[in-house]
Amino acid sequence: MTEAGLTMLNRTADSVARATPEPLARKVRGISDKGLAWLFISPTILLLLAVNIFPLFWAIYLSFTNYRANRPNEVVRNVGLANYKRILGDQDIWIAMQTTAHFVFWTILLQTLIGFILAWLIDRKFRGHAFWTTIILVPMMLSPAVVGNFWRFLYEPQIGLFAYAISFATGIPATQIGMLSNVSLAPWSIVIVDTWMWTPYVMLICLAGLRSIPEYIYEAAEVDRASNWRQFWSITLPMALPFIMLAVLFRGIENFKMFDMVNLLTGGGPGSTTEVASITLKRQAFESWRTGYSSAFAIILFVAVFGLANIYVKALNKVKQR
Amino acid sequence: MKSTLKLTLGLTSAMFASTAVSNVAQAEDLTLCWAAWDPANALVELSKDFTKETGIGMKFEFVPWTNYADRFLNELNSKGKLCDLIIGDSQWIGGSAENGHYVKLNDFFDKEKISMDDFVPATVVGYSEWPKNSPNYWALPAMGDVVGWTYRKDWFSKPELQKEFKEKYGWDLAAPTTFDQLKQIAEFFQKREIDGKTVYGASIYTERGSEGITMGAMDGLYSFGFKYENPDKPYEMDGFVNSEKSVKGLEFYKALYDCCTPPGASNSYMGEGVDAFKSGQVAMHMNFAFTWPGLQKDENVGGDKIGYFANPKGPDGDQFAQLGGQGISVVSYSDKQEAALKYIKWFANKDVQAKWWSLGGFSCLNAVVKDPGFPASQPYAQTFLDSMAIVKDFWAEPSYAPLLQASQKRFHDYVVAGQGSAKDALDGLVKDWTEVFQDDGKM
Repeated sequence: MTEAGLTMLNRTADSVARATPEPLARKVRGISDKGLAWLFISPTILLLLAVNIFPLFWAIYLSFTNYRANRPNEVVRNVGLANYKRILGDQDIWIAMQTTAHFVFWTILLQTLIGFILAWLIDRKFRGHAFWTTIILVPMMLSPAVVGNFWRFLYEPQIGLFAYAISFATGIPATQIGMLSNVSLAPWSIVIVDTWMWTPYVMLICLAGLRSIPEYIYEAAEVDRASNWRQFWSITLPMALPFIMLAVLFRGIENFKMFDMVNLLTGGGPGSTTEVASITLKRQAFESWRTGYSSAFAIILFVAVFGLANIYVKALNKVKQR
Repeated sequence: MKSTLKLTLGLTSAMFASTAVSNVAQAEDLTLCWAAWDPANALVELSKDFTKETGIGMKFEFVPWTNYADRFLNELNSKGKLCDLIIGDSQWIGGSAENGHYVKLNDFFDKEKISMDDFVPATVVGYSEWPKNSPNYWALPAMGDVVGWTYRKDWFSKPELQKEFKEKYGWDLAAPTTFDQLKQIAEFFQKREIDGKTVYGASIYTERGSEGITMGAMDGLYSFGFKYENPDKPYEMDGFVNSEKSVKGLEFYKALYDCCTPPGASNSYMGEGVDAFKSGQVAMHMNFAFTWPGLQKDENVGGDKIGYFANPKGPDGDQFAQLGGQGISVVSYSDKQEAALKYIKWFANKDVQAKWWSLGGFSCLNAVVKDPGFPASQPYAQTFLDSMAIVKDFWAEPSYAPLLQASQKRFHDYVVAGQGSAKDALDGLVKDWTEVFQDDGKM
């Protein structure tokens, strides 16, 4: 800033200080730097408390009650651990958890595999690689609502392009390819869409990892006459591993609570074949109105994700330290 | 200067006055909440007369069916003031009455000489009463509705198809009167080439998310002998919900789904059914009667090409149909209850009800539906009357939501996903429903 600018700023500050009413000025003069810092961050903290922390504690409280949001006049009773016991003994909940685990496992496996291969290819910096990077990123930029709706049309056995493509490749009539209505195919239909949409995200993180590997390490390996295969296993993969693990963590947490795509594509059906935990939770909370029960389920899910993520982060730190 | 001052003062006063007047008008406006569908548009038209007569403006809050229950039950549960009047689903009546969401209308009806005897009895029980079959009224029957069927009259009357059908099944191809006949017709049309296009037997309800498959399967179950409970011992369901006849009914619905629906119709409800019929995919189409006026007017499948029939009879000759429709209630949290009651009084009027029917709404007033000219007033009017005479409704208990969710899951798991047997599904349903009633302290 120029000297003239500084003088102007000082003058403005002086005039603001003079205009401040004396009682307020006396109070402000007494505030330490630390106090001032708290003053500035307090709105954010208050907001966080109001929209994150309070609801969490409120949900914990509700999980020990028989509260139902659609019965405002009913007496709320403390039921102790009854909701938790009921959930852990409920076979449907375990089936939903298995469905979730199946979905998380396959989406992460496919996204990591394809995402890493794509990142590795893009990292070759071939002609037009920037253009292809942008093209690959497009699905990730779309809204899940849009993706869910247009994939529903693509999967339509009578008019869907996907069914026609499979029919063309396999000779099976398109009308027999009910991706969303067939019990065996429906879970895969969701895995395919999620992989299509989120592989670019994994690719981006992997690409960042690959580009962070210093070139001189490869040059030293070349001098030692290490083969490409050896370079990949001894340099590329170990050095990109923390990034890959980070991508797995992000996608794992995200897919554990996946709701929108499943809701739009299958709504949990056919039957309960694709009913992941978040769909069950929504049904219990906002369709059956078992607020206390669904709060307990939400807490169990939260603890599960939080616990698993913590164990995973510790493993990630160990890998980084190697 | 003086004139400028006067002008300024005048303009300011005029502006103030106009703002004040508009505020008064806004304060008097009533908000009516309902689902976003064809009858709602008819109600907007109809309500213009109310505004003309009373000077009370009408605002409307219409929500698509998929979010209708979530949106408005949330509104009622949070004691919101958005809706002064609400046309709530028939199954909400128990919860809304017991939780104090609706204003009880008995005194108002007595004062205004509105008699429930003037309305179709099934609609009074279904839309207005809680507890059922007791003279406690929480709504005025507003929109009669029931599940029925449409069929492609033009296809049914093709001589070559009639001949082939007669040779194959030994009876004339016509609107079915029994479920057996319905299935035979559906099988006959399934994957048949008509006018160069592959068509399918029937579109039935299979939707999982809200209430679709329950509303559809119940149409089969009722006529096969399903009962919700022991008529002599309320809430005793074992042997009634899962009786042998009920099992047969559910097996029939699954067989119909497996043999005769279009590919991919695993999550089909009102909208998907209309689409399937309008696009010429199916020979028969199960849907609520409210869809009929729109289909009748359709250029491709309406007019002379469409026919209507009531839900057919089961193997023992029993014939029932799932009740739809709603009553109109005054929301107890509204600050404009007096104006809202005025609307209900106006809506109960015979001339208004006659106009309601002519605009595409389904009146429940005896004076309208029992008018000698009514059956001929629309091609679907007689079927509507026949169907309204055989209605049954789902539980309307305060716990209707978990009861419905349980049946949605059990029916979809069996009918669409093919998991377990019909007996397993219905035994499971008895278990789920028993749990709900035990939670409520009713068992």
